[in-house]
Amino acid sequence: MCGKHHDTPSTPAPRSALHLNPSEAGAYTRREFLGGSLLFASAAISVPAFMQRSALALPTAAGGLSSIPGAPEDRVLVVIQLGGGNDGLNTVVPYGFDEYYRARPGIGVSEEQALKLGRGASDPIGLHPALEGVKSLFDEGYCSIVQGVGYPNPNRSHFTSMDIWQTADLSGTGDGWLGRFMDSECCGFGNGANGQAPADTQTTNHPPISLGREAPVALQGRRVKPVSFETPDLFRWTGGDIHPSLERPYQQITDNGKPDQDNPVAAFLTRTALDARVSSEQIRRAVSLQPLVRYPQSQLSRQLQMVAGMVRAGMKTRVYYVTHGGFDTHAGQGGANGRHANLLRQFASAVRAFYDDLKAQGNEGRVLTMSFSEFGRRVGQNDSGGTDHGTAAPMMLFGPMVNAGAINRHPSMRDLDDGDLKYTTDFRSIYAGVLGDWMGVEPASVLGGKFRKARVVTA
Amino acid sequence: MAGIPSDTLPGRLEKIRDEDFGYDQARHLLLRAGFGGTPQQIRTLAGWGVERAVDHLLEVERIPYEATPDQSFDRDIVRPFSDAERRAYRQAQRRGDEDTLARLRLTRQQMQRQDRRQIGAVQRWWLERMIETPRPLEEKMTLFWHGHFATSYRKVEDSFHMFQQNELFRAHALGNFGDLLFRIIRDPAMIRYLDNQASSAQSPNENLARELMELFSLGEGNYSERDIKEGARALTGYTYADDQFYFNAENHDRGGKRILGARGNLDGDGFVSAILGERNCADFIAGKLYGFFALHPEDQTATDEIGEAAARARRQLAAELLRARYDLRPVLRTLFTSGHFYHPDVVGRRIKSPIELVVGAIRTLNAPARDLGVLIEATALMGQQVMLPPSVAGWDGGRSWINTSTLFVRQNTMNFLLTGKLPAGYDALAEVATFDPWPLIEPLSELDPASVRDPEKVSDFLLRFTLGQSPQPARDALLAFAGEHDNAVTPDLVTGMLVLISAMPEYQLT
Repeated sequence: MCGKHHDTPSTPAPRSALHLNPSEAGAYTRREFLGGSLLFASAAISVPAFMQRSALALPTAAGGLSSIPGAPEDRVLVVIQLGGGNDGLNTVVPYGFDEYYRARPGIGVSEEQALKLGRGASDPIGLHPALEGVKSLFDEGYCSIVQGVGYPNPNRSHFTSMDIWQTADLSGTGDGWLGRFMDSECCGFGNGANGQAPADTQTTNHPPISLGREAPVALQGRRVKPVSFETPDLFRWTGGDIHPSLERPYQQITDNGKPDQDNPVAAFLTRTALDARVSSEQIRRAVSLQPLVRYPQSQLSRQLQMVAGMVRAGMKTRVYYVTHGGFDTHAGQGGANGRHANLLRQFASAVRAFYDDLKAQGNEGRVLTMSFSEFGRRVGQNDSGGTDHGTAAPMMLFGPMVNAGAINRHPSMRDLDDGDLKYTTDFRSIYAGVLGDWMGVEPASVLGGKFRKARVVTA
Repeated sequence: MAGIPSDTLPGRLEKIRDEDFGYDQARHLLLRAGFGGTPQQIRTLAGWGVERAVDHLLEVERIPYEATPDQSFDRDIVRPFSDAERRAYRQAQRRGDEDTLARLRLTRQQMQRQDRRQIGAVQRWWLERMIETPRPLEEKMTLFWHGHFATSYRKVEDSFHMFQQNELFRAHALGNFGDLLFRIIRDPAMIRYLDNQASSAQSPNENLARELMELFSLGEGNYSERDIKEGARALTGYTYADDQFYFNAENHDRGGKRILGARGNLDGDGFVSAILGERNCADFIAGKLYGFFALHPEDQTATDEIGEAAARARRQLAAELLRARYDLRPVLRTLFTSGHFYHPDVVGRRIKSPIELVVGAIRTLNAPARDLGVLIEATALMGQQVMLPPSVAGWDGGRSWINTSTLFVRQNTMNFLLTGKLPAGYDALAEVATFDPWPLIEPLSELDPASVRDPEKVSDFLLRFTLGQSPQPARDALLAFAGEHDNAVTPDLVTGMLVLISAMPEYQLT
């Protein structure tokens, strides 16, 4: 699963038992067969990409974006997934607690190294020194840090806990929380409507975009399905790579397709095909723009740069999803320097550049960014200089609209649950705050239950 | 469609007239009741006439095909902790012995990793079977049951149980729905997926009881909350051990129950019998079959006339299902031989599922499968990964398969199959199997050897074969392409035409 099939040798290409053996087909002469123009002689040599979940429904000239009354449509949410379980205790460091240093003799971040958040003696916390970019955003009032975020009966499986966060359901099953949000926007789920999408939903709606190979569960709705691609270059029809002479007839097909009035399904496909071609070009153009600031070199940074490009191009997409993996630091995670520090530095510098870019564009007020990880790590380090799967951890939100500062106190370092931090804020109340105060929907209709809205957005 | 008057869709399922069953109808039958056929296969079935053609597809036992031995997959990868391990774990927990805990956890993780590799092998095995089988309807129905009794590896986490369940669907693919329902409540993967493994008289779990009625047999609204509660009690003690169903008598609630129309000390079989006694059950299953093979539910309401005709057809199928005591074949025979099934309001109105697209392309075009793992991943990107349905409700199908994103994946996967152009990152696997399109147009030359050199005739032939029609804009595009290559019909030109055809919106229809 999950893209790993090719690591085992696959069975040789099967042929249908009903198939004719081509060698038995005597309809053509050998000369005819060999006389082929070898038009595609080079086709088997790999030219990148065929299976990108690409494209995106942008409004077409005729599409006419349907407006949702009362919803602030130009507001964007960017989710950064920190995959693998980010060590919250070495992200927001409780330097004032001896318990912290006792539990982490090899990997603790010292008081001197921590970037203090100025909460004073009552809550002495600081950021990991690699998070300078975050600290500067924090100082500018662009960052909100919610401490002790988790959920009841924490699950320590990467898969399950990630599903729980992505579905906002403690069983980890069902549609994604942002998928449900998109469903509610497009089809009136939870608003008393019948939940049926209008027949042409796909052309008047803007599915969430995930920059990566696999679209996350979080974006999977019942009706709205996410669009995802790793790079915009892979985000198109690849027939032109086979031979350039295929490009023009392809455009002819998609542009001249007349929706078949008698066959609504065919008409729907014709519209989607045109959308696909138009939006593919639009996205590639948007992303090819030179950014207004310099981005550091990292995968997360490239993803955020693409998001900034799409925002700048005026795309109507409301939800973007990017991922930053590698946080499963069971061994040799390091302290102020080392593996975990590098991951944090990549994160902080990418987010910093992203907001610099958005500011230069004048779009910073439109974009809220939220980062999360499936769980934090255990309080005590293990024998391999790393940490094992734990529970509660801080969550960060960015943008000028956030309720800036550190929210809640650091979870107790003394009152532990079998060596794990006890959560103080349910992550779903943060989702509720984002949905209610930023995306402009009734959170209960999306989350399937009432959660106190955490005040993370003040706009 | 030639031969069929395009009047309104008839609601009554009456046998299509023999003279109306030709190439286009045989093509449609092969696509819907299987994964499509080559031009030669289409012509063979057309020559047989509708009854023999449908019999050929339905009576799968007449076509020899080897079963997959159980030993093909390792049944022992996933196993619960042994008593000794459990003791060691508890002891380590008490003592705070992190080393031992970590070691035991690592063992579990390695086991899970190994099992995830095996589920990949199971997926590829099934895909290969769908591509290879001489009994396409058997695999199509297996796929139907997989979507109907949707169970996901994501929760089951036991690849052998998923394999076993798939074999159960195959064994009953064209058998009796009642038999299958009695079996499914004993299926380890299903029991695990719907949390029945620990359900006991003291604390019955309602998940399986609810879905058994809501999604598997009766449909929402055709049972009460009380039926769920009592049904859950009937299913207590239904669990599994060692890859087998196991009835845990100690956990079973032996008290009296009232479920639907039945009362008594009902167990799981009593519960299923009560369900099968409901008219709603036949209505529901007949409706699902009609929605899978004929018109997707969202297209049954296209117009009032279509809506009424579809409703009537479903009722007739439901009556047939009851008459046949839930045997599936008579119902499918009625549908596949009916004029309704071949009406223009039904033909070309379904969006291919990702599996239908991929398996169908390989079978109909005789394209090399190239790499099964890549194809599994491609179908996943299109929204349908077998063994991993999104929820117990299965795949919605219809328009939900398509957005701009999945459309590109569909088109580009076709480019991969036809030309071997590999996606980024797969270079190491580059297998230079060439696709030979020539056998496809061979039937053309039988009538007139010169026609295979005529781009117009070749275009028309390919369009009718792939799309069931030859629309003018599509024709123009193909001829313009041929013109750029001096109108010389070579295998490469035919491949290029197929690349273009598979990028046409209509190619997604079946």
